[in-house]
Amino acid sequence: MSNKKEKQKNIFEKIYEVIKTMASKPSGLIGLIILTFHVILAITSPLYVPYDYKAIDPSLMLTPPSSEFWFGTDSLGRDVFTRTILGGRTALTVTFFGSLIALLWGGSLGIFCGLVGGKIDDVVMRIIDAFLSIPWILAMLLIVSLLGTTTLVLIPALGFFYGKGIVRVARAATHDVIAKDFIVSARARGHSNMSIIWNEILPNVRDAIMVEGAMRWSWMLLGFSSLSFLGFGVSPPTPDWGLMISNARGLMSFAYWAVLAPIFGLSSLIIGINLTADAFAKALGIDRSTKAPV
Amino acid sequence: MKTTVQKINNLTIGFQSQKGEQISILKNISTSINQGETVGIVGESGSGKSTLALAMMGYVKHGLFTISGECIFHSNNLLEMKNKELENIRGRKIAMIPQNAGQSLTPNLKIGYQIDEALKLHTDLKQTERDEKISELLNKVRLPSPETMAQRYPHELSGGQQQRVAVAMALAGSPEILLLDEPTTGLDVTTQAHVLELLNLIAKDSGTSMVYVSHDLGAIAQVSDRVIVMYSGEIVLDGPVRSILKNPIHPYTFGLLKSIPKLSLPGLPNSMSGSQPQPGSIKKGCSFYERCEFADDDCKVNSPSLEFIKDLNTSVRCFKHNELLNLTKIESQNVKSIENKVLKNEILDLSSVSISYAKQKFLDQLLNKINDTNPTVKDINININKGETLALVGESGSGKSTILKSIAGLLKTKDGNIKFEKDKTLSNDLRQRDPSLLRAIQLIFQNPDESLNPNHTVEEIVSQPLRLYFGLKGKELKDKIIEVLDKVRLGEFYLTRYPRQLSGGEKQRVAVARAFAAKPDIILCDEVTSALDVSVQAAVLNLLQELKEDFGTTYIFVSHDLAVVRAISDRVAVLYQGRLCEIGPSNNVYKFPSHPYTEVLLGAVLEPDPDIKPKLVAEDIVEEKPPENGCSFQGRCPRILGDICKNEVPPWQTSENGNSIRCHIKIEDLKNQQTSN
Repeated sequence: MSNKKEKQKNIFEKIYEVIKTMASKPSGLIGLIILTFHVILAITSPLYVPYDYKAIDPSLMLTPPSSEFWFGTDSLGRDVFTRTILGGRTALTVTFFGSLIALLWGGSLGIFCGLVGGKIDDVVMRIIDAFLSIPWILAMLLIVSLLGTTTLVLIPALGFFYGKGIVRVARAATHDVIAKDFIVSARARGHSNMSIIWNEILPNVRDAIMVEGAMRWSWMLLGFSSLSFLGFGVSPPTPDWGLMISNARGLMSFAYWAVLAPIFGLSSLIIGINLTADAFAKALGIDRSTKAPV
Repeated sequence: MKTTVQKINNLTIGFQSQKGEQISILKNISTSINQGETVGIVGESGSGKSTLALAMMGYVKHGLFTISGECIFHSNNLLEMKNKELENIRGRKIAMIPQNAGQSLTPNLKIGYQIDEALKLHTDLKQTERDEKISELLNKVRLPSPETMAQRYPHELSGGQQQRVAVAMALAGSPEILLLDEPTTGLDVTTQAHVLELLNLIAKDSGTSMVYVSHDLGAIAQVSDRVIVMYSGEIVLDGPVRSILKNPIHPYTFGLLKSIPKLSLPGLPNSMSGSQPQPGSIKKGCSFYERCEFADDDCKVNSPSLEFIKDLNTSVRCFKHNELLNLTKIESQNVKSIENKVLKNEILDLSSVSISYAKQKFLDQLLNKINDTNPTVKDINININKGETLALVGESGSGKSTILKSIAGLLKTKDGNIKFEKDKTLSNDLRQRDPSLLRAIQLIFQNPDESLNPNHTVEEIVSQPLRLYFGLKGKELKDKIIEVLDKVRLGEFYLTRYPRQLSGGEKQRVAVARAFAAKPDIILCDEVTSALDVSVQAAVLNLLQELKEDFGTTYIFVSHDLAVVRAISDRVAVLYQGRLCEIGPSNNVYKFPSHPYTEVLLGAVLEPDPDIKPKLVAEDIVEEKPPENGCSFQGRCPRILGDICKNEVPPWQTSENGNSIRCHIKIEDLKNQQTSN
């Protein structure tokens, strides 16, 4: 029992250490601040939004930013500020859980293929290659138009498409470890494959997979917003950055504020995630600038 | 008076720690290199010897910087010169030969082309002159038929030949100083002896000064005129090779020499305690204080300076050198001779075991058959008794590790079977082996960096076999782990450490603890000491011997180092190309008559004594594959009889000493031939 508690304490200590290292560099600190800001905003924004995001008022159509409407209003007279701070909620939730799914299935399949090798590995990797050659957006559009645009479809679909890359990273990381003597030693002792994966391989590839997952998260965010932009993400009137950009882009020449605000929201979040993921990788000792992940 | 080629004054090189402290890797190094002199720099890993060698060509590794001092070559300070100016010196005036020649040669360019490149860069010769020069250089490094050799790619050469090419390239610019960084470390014993002989010849012929960096006192003894001993970034001893090795008046060298197993002195050597301090951890006093058996309070507070002793022509950094000088004069070395209780009952029996690495055809794979007429390992018959230490000896490619792996079940055997305790046949498939059999056989690997999971604490590492085989949990498990660690002399506070926080010797102790935690009957040791520093090696050997005495464990000990094998084993089996050549009690294998291959191996052993020169009897050739017919050693045998060796597998003969030799030459003839020269 005491052992378990000690272990938990160790994990918290490690997380604290990692975050401290990440924050020690300006780029990591900025990334962490932006990401935390977005997460807090997404959780708490419904409590203090100034207006109802659905409220349409034709008389206030395309009002420029003012003290009353900080970011102006859109073509239906809805407050852009309200919609912008609410607009990240769906995107963040869907992509966060999507990345988690991608991490889980990509990571496990990758480690499994790396460990067993041989014919199974060959077949699985060729299937993954085949999937990688399909333009993801077409495949996503197909899935979404067949099964609908609910979150329950979007999360697993995005998770599946972004997990393919993780399979390769996890497999490559496993190959690095698999030839080491401690794996041979575990095999010679007679441990089962599951025990070898869990005890010997996972602790050594975990970092690489997690960093890759964090990177995939920002890609997925962009992908999700593209889907919304095309009208296949969230359905109106739910506020969403991709959708907002899509709606307001025709009016860009005279109502720039309606486009700029969601663009700023989206890009700052992506930059935040990227900076954080980079700092995370460096804090774990994985240098992405000198070593390609795949 | 000899002319000085290079002079180093008060050189200190260091790095900036994360806390902003300046930490020195090299501390106040002052020395000089004379013309035509070979200087050996010896020290353990982390002693700063490579940093010093690189500084000699004006190079300081990334992250390090010169804190003070200078490195004078032709009245220029190399460390202050610009890269452009250094280009004219490096390669032309000062050349370097790296440790691993195989990696330093470009794999897709022919040997001749690569030497030509070096010539173009460092000389002003014309094309035809360069072609001649290439042949001349290849001749100089004793490579056979230079013309064809120049047309080969690096991978077509053996390790020793690659190292020779590296020497040829370094000689292309006729340098004044040749720096060699562990040039023979990755090579086989016989190849190493040949390369060292070559270096000696070159030093004599060309009058080039050489700086030979190595951790191996045996190699240093063979090539150097002068030896510099480094410890923790300082020169602790600097003097002529004979004086250093015969009268080691610094306690570090004194202990080091005692901890090296020697062929001439069989038995377990004394071990040195502790390990080298981390850079920056010693604030005052002598850096060797912690490990020194002669130290007193004075040594703790004051750091000794380098003192010149006129009688011995040697500089030493120790307050106690007089005491040591008297000691080295009187004390003859004593070693513990081992005596194992070998029981009569057989524990492991290998009968006509063959192992093949050949890729199998599809049909054979389906039928689970292995088809190979010339397998890597063939006809191995060995019985091992309980409590015995059997050593498998041979150069790389002799199949010694392969045999170990198939005993452990990691490799399938082609023919033959391996029986445990007479009646239990060990299955070829690891998954089909009974857990009690898996527990009975444990492995210890060469490199503890690889064999310990870097993300596990010592506690987790040692708990693996305890949980798997005995199902221990909770407090019981923890108590047992502490008990096992205690047996390998590691305290309780090691439990939460990670392998990266341990020294090499401590890591290997953890690996030993993990193997012993399973309460095994047999432990397979795969080159367990070769990745360790010399001073640690003896400690691990002693530990293994003590554990054996306590538990009656049987060891199968694989090594390429004949001196180590001699120190620890009861019986030795000599392998060449996967075939047994000779097997017998270790005391007798080292006596004549012996198999011609054993003779070659014994001749190539380097002792840390400049007066014992290796005897090079056979050619330095490397064979890729064992011969189809006849004796496995026919390709290199210095005593080959003729066609009989090529066509017929030699018979086993037993000598009067009790060792069995597999050779066509009659025992009496072998003895006469070997003892006459």
